[in-house]
Amino acid sequence: MNIYIASLFDGFWLNIKLFVLTLAMAIPLGLVITFGSMSKFRPLKWLVRTFVWIIRGTPLMLQLFVVLYSPGLLFDTPMKSRMTAAIVAFVVNYAAYFSEIYRGGIESIPKGQYEAGAVLGMTKSQVFFKVILLQVIKRIVPPMSNEIITLTKDTALARVIGIAEIIMCAERFTKQGLIWPLFSTGLFFLVFNGVLTIVLGWLERKLDYFRV
Amino acid sequence: MPILEVKNICKRFGDTEVIKDISFSLEKGETLSIIGSSGSGKTTLLRCLNFLETPDAGTITVNGEVIFDAADPVSRSEKGIREKRLHFGLVFQSFNLFPQYTALQNVTLAGLLLAKERPDYKAKKNEIQEEIIRNAKAILNSVGLSSKLDYYPHQLSGGQQQRVAIARALAMNPDILCFDEPTSALDPELTGEVLRVIRELAERKTTMIIVTHEMSFARQVSDNVLFMDDGVIVEYGPPEQVIGNPREERTKRFLERYFENGNV
Repeated sequence: MNIYIASLFDGFWLNIKLFVLTLAMAIPLGLVITFGSMSKFRPLKWLVRTFVWIIRGTPLMLQLFVVLYSPGLLFDTPMKSRMTAAIVAFVVNYAAYFSEIYRGGIESIPKGQYEAGAVLGMTKSQVFFKVILLQVIKRIVPPMSNEIITLTKDTALARVIGIAEIIMCAERFTKQGLIWPLFSTGLFFLVFNGVLTIVLGWLERKLDYFRV
Repeated sequence: MPILEVKNICKRFGDTEVIKDISFSLEKGETLSIIGSSGSGKTTLLRCLNFLETPDAGTITVNGEVIFDAADPVSRSEKGIREKRLHFGLVFQSFNLFPQYTALQNVTLAGLLLAKERPDYKAKKNEIQEEIIRNAKAILNSVGLSSKLDYYPHQLSGGQQQRVAIARALAMNPDILCFDEPTSALDPELTGEVLRVIRELAERKTTMIIVTHEMSFARQVSDNVLFMDDGVIVEYGPPEQVIGNPREERTKRFLERYFENGNV
């Protein structure tokens, strides 16, 4: 019994690692992509938007394979670790989704907020950081929560490039005729997402003191 | 010397000429109302003065200093504009308060940020900040909001929000305070409290430019009235003349239409 549970925890540790690293990098990278896709310099804007279209328009599973194999097959420098490949694919994929959420949030802030800051003599960066940003954060918390919860479950996809995440670990036991480890993986996700829901709900309530 | 001189301002959006060669001047302590139908260019003119639009031609002079010259690229640069726009304050039709800040924070925010650029800021940080906050409280008190300092905008009525917006503009101590239809977004029963504040400012000889549809108010508080139509100044003069006894055919027609619609 203990080896089964230990194996599931080992697997889930990889899911969590992938989840945390993806969030930590995709959240800032998404903002960079947003600035690109909102750039007044048209070639950059269209380049970035095309990139986002490709990333959002193709399966994450395909992107995992592409990141794992193309360095070796195209440039003769194979990926050293499968985990790195998984992290790269997840970060790029999620940053593309986040960037669209950010863009929606930024574009939804009325022009009057920028103008009010400007006529009071604030610089563009003061207006963005002191006036706009918190309003954007408030607006994007619900859609970001959705993406973040989807991400926890998407981490299971990393198995297609051979990362022994929790479901892959559990599936091994089916060969020994055991089904309950597979069922119990669902519990891991449910508990993890339960905690996430509480944290994200708390954040949403924290920003409830004002309306946008 | 007039506090403000606007000379030959032109502004076009694409093929549409919104402002056609407008010139006027304003004395210190004067209240000028700009009237005219929607699309006549009055709001655009106000936005040009506040550098929210860049005029295609013309000059703007404040206290004898040319602060904008369309022919001089230096006066159009971002940094130059930032300092010069502080000559003007602007109160918007839709208030545009910052929703995440209280009434008091809305009034102090820009001042506190600007103070950081003072050379003596580090040495006298606390004094400077206290002074800004004290001043903001006094201004909020003067617009009748001393009991609402810690309220967020969504907890205030439209009239109260607009009074916070007026306090916010006053806190930057502008030479000329501009109002862009300050009561147009308000329910009729709330316009009174905002107009009362503006009237008090006029009595205290605050230099103001008010774009408004409130004809009787404009008549009472203004030293001069400017009637705009189709991007040009049609008639300019004291309110008894422009509103009370207009000479120009276009002014007459505008006022007739206005009073026909049941306004007073």
